[in-house]
Amino acid sequence: MEAASVPTRATAASPKREPKASDRARSERRLAWMLCAPAVIVMLIVTGYPIGYAVYLSLQKYDLRFPDQKEFVGLANYGDVLSSTTWWTDVGTTVIIMVISVAIELVLGMLIALVMHRAIFGRGPVRAAILIPYGIITVVAAFAWKYAFDPTSGFVAGLPLVPDTYAPLTDRSGSLFVIILAEVWKTTPFMALLLLAGLALVPDELHEAAKVDGASTLQRFFRITIPLMKPAILVALLFRSLDAFRLFDSAYIIQPGGANGTETVSILGYNVLISRVNLGLGSAISVLIFICVMLIAVLFVKGLGASTAQQRGEV
Amino acid sequence: MGGKRAHTPGRLRIGLALCVLGAAVAGGCGSGGSGSGTPTINWYVFNEPGGSYDAAVADCNKQAAGKYKISYQKLPTDANQQRELIVRRLAAEDDSIDLIGMDVIWTAELAGARWIVPWEGQRRQVATEGKLAGPLKTVEYEGKVWGVPFTSNTQLLWYRKDQVPNPGDTATWDQIIDTAVKKGKQVEVQAAQYEGLTVWINSMVAGAGGQIVSQNGDVNVGASVKDAATIEHKLATSKAAPAGMSTNKEDEARIGFESDRSDYEINYPFIYPSAAGVSKEFQKNIGWARYPRTVPDRPSRPPLGGINIAVSSYSKHQDAAFAAAECIANDKHQAIAAQKGGLPPTTKSVYDTAAVKKAYPFAALLRTSIDNAAPRPVTPAYNDISLAIQKTFHPPSSVAPDDIVDKLRDRLDKAAEGKIF
Repeated sequence: MEAASVPTRATAASPKREPKASDRARSERRLAWMLCAPAVIVMLIVTGYPIGYAVYLSLQKYDLRFPDQKEFVGLANYGDVLSSTTWWTDVGTTVIIMVISVAIELVLGMLIALVMHRAIFGRGPVRAAILIPYGIITVVAAFAWKYAFDPTSGFVAGLPLVPDTYAPLTDRSGSLFVIILAEVWKTTPFMALLLLAGLALVPDELHEAAKVDGASTLQRFFRITIPLMKPAILVALLFRSLDAFRLFDSAYIIQPGGANGTETVSILGYNVLISRVNLGLGSAISVLIFICVMLIAVLFVKGLGASTAQQRGEV
Repeated sequence: MGGKRAHTPGRLRIGLALCVLGAAVAGGCGSGGSGSGTPTINWYVFNEPGGSYDAAVADCNKQAAGKYKISYQKLPTDANQQRELIVRRLAAEDDSIDLIGMDVIWTAELAGARWIVPWEGQRRQVATEGKLAGPLKTVEYEGKVWGVPFTSNTQLLWYRKDQVPNPGDTATWDQIIDTAVKKGKQVEVQAAQYEGLTVWINSMVAGAGGQIVSQNGDVNVGASVKDAATIEHKLATSKAAPAGMSTNKEDEARIGFESDRSDYEINYPFIYPSAAGVSKEFQKNIGWARYPRTVPDRPSRPPLGGINIAVSSYSKHQDAAFAAAECIANDKHQAIAAQKGGLPPTTKSVYDTAAVKKAYPFAALLRTSIDNAAPRPVTPAYNDISLAIQKTFHPPSSVAPDDIVDKLRDRLDKAAEGKIF
């Protein structure tokens, strides 16, 4: 992907070679399989089995407190979830948090990446300083923000221009604001790192050539840097969107139990699965979250695929 | 890459990895007491910071003289977290739990799932003898006794003697809110979306003569629910609403009262010893009265909390566990829990001991409150019911008394059917 993103190089020149099934090639392929096998088996055990088991549970009526009532109910649990307003409200809340936080992170992350890329002196300290929020444990950071916005113990209500009784955590928009802020503060460095990797791929010669042609800084940024970085940007957006859609820890700390209309789909799943120990219904929610995440991934990968094809000049 | 050479290290590494994994698993399962000699009785209960549980455990271990050894496994103070941990382990048939410090609201759930064993015959006699009626009800389910009542708890109306007159035992929520508004002060309650909100709502509903879940387990939502919602909404939208009301729990209420922003506070007795930490002067100015009335012509129904001790069905040493539970919950240890932990006793006679009278100048009121307390719904699906109540009555300022009855009924029906709400 990285190599392909440089359009000047003629990558299409290498025709596909017919694989010659020599003994050596065959044994090498067998070796490759054997080397991969442990990883594949471990993956199957640690991810395949739980996912399969969750799907199986989601087709049952199964509450741990009423084991006698366990029965196969087909897709009834899915019908329950999808026909409830709670699920759709929570999907809405999750999408709001995801879209706003990822959008802000992209802009901020890009600015930080440019700073890190262009920093002439103190490059190491600058990068380290920017990465600090990402290194802090999410739960700790969430508690810090929660307390900061608490009107009795926090500093925010004491700031100039902020009313002393400012208590954002007591209503929905305020709570969402704090959750998004905590998310952005925490993960913008991650975004910046991914974008920095993309920036490093943009060859300086292109910028110099454009400069000679009289392109302004902004023109160079939007006409050269951004298009060449597109794959890196999409990967960064994909990673962050998937993370944000599954948001649990910081939201759970800042507004326990999803109070004040901040229940995300993951918190709903937790409430049903862990608190209500309703394994059937809870697994159905988990599987639906999994499907949503897959949909987001497919959406991005399709977008990503198209753009790399463009880069190669195949479209 | 030479094919043959790469083989051996690869295999070796997998073997090593499996070894480590296997060792870890074996280590994880292999913990636990040794088989012979004194059985270890693991008591899972919340961490009582006053040290009264530690004292009871030490005393019982001394008395047992090798018949058993109680090991105090400390759980978080948050009731939801305690329950999640206990329920998960019991559902997995974990035999490392012998005794459970069971919140009064779990009895039906744990008994219904047959995760705990009933107290029968002589044991039932010992567990129930001389106990207050309210706490005794909380260990009963389907005609059997499922634990020994240990400590109880209830809320009082605390007020500032130097600021407002004694509200008396017949004050209503309306009067209290109105007085607070006039004085420009606040009324401290627990209205975050958690069990404490269920406690508040349940007491107000019962105070209006209602009962959210009836004796036979049916959902029963009527006008009393509207009364409760009206009071909650009135307080939340009045000038007497404490800052951060929709996220306040017991401790926020205590801090608010201690910070002088409010003249009234609904809370458990633990706030009284804590007030001495502010100043002796402040503690002297605290008065107490019975829980406020929902409607003027009906006595109030204060909340009922507390801890009962139950024996797990998966315990390997049930006989020793019963004996240990009886010892922990005896009168002497109840008195210690009252003094050190601020936890009211469940045995009638303990209220008359000098030590308890000294620790609680309000001991008599505490006892009448517990006697008149309204239990929370008794049903195996209690947790679902409580979550539904919390969701419906939160946030307090957006509760609409006019459609609360329909909303709550809808949620409770879904909760009872094991659906999403």
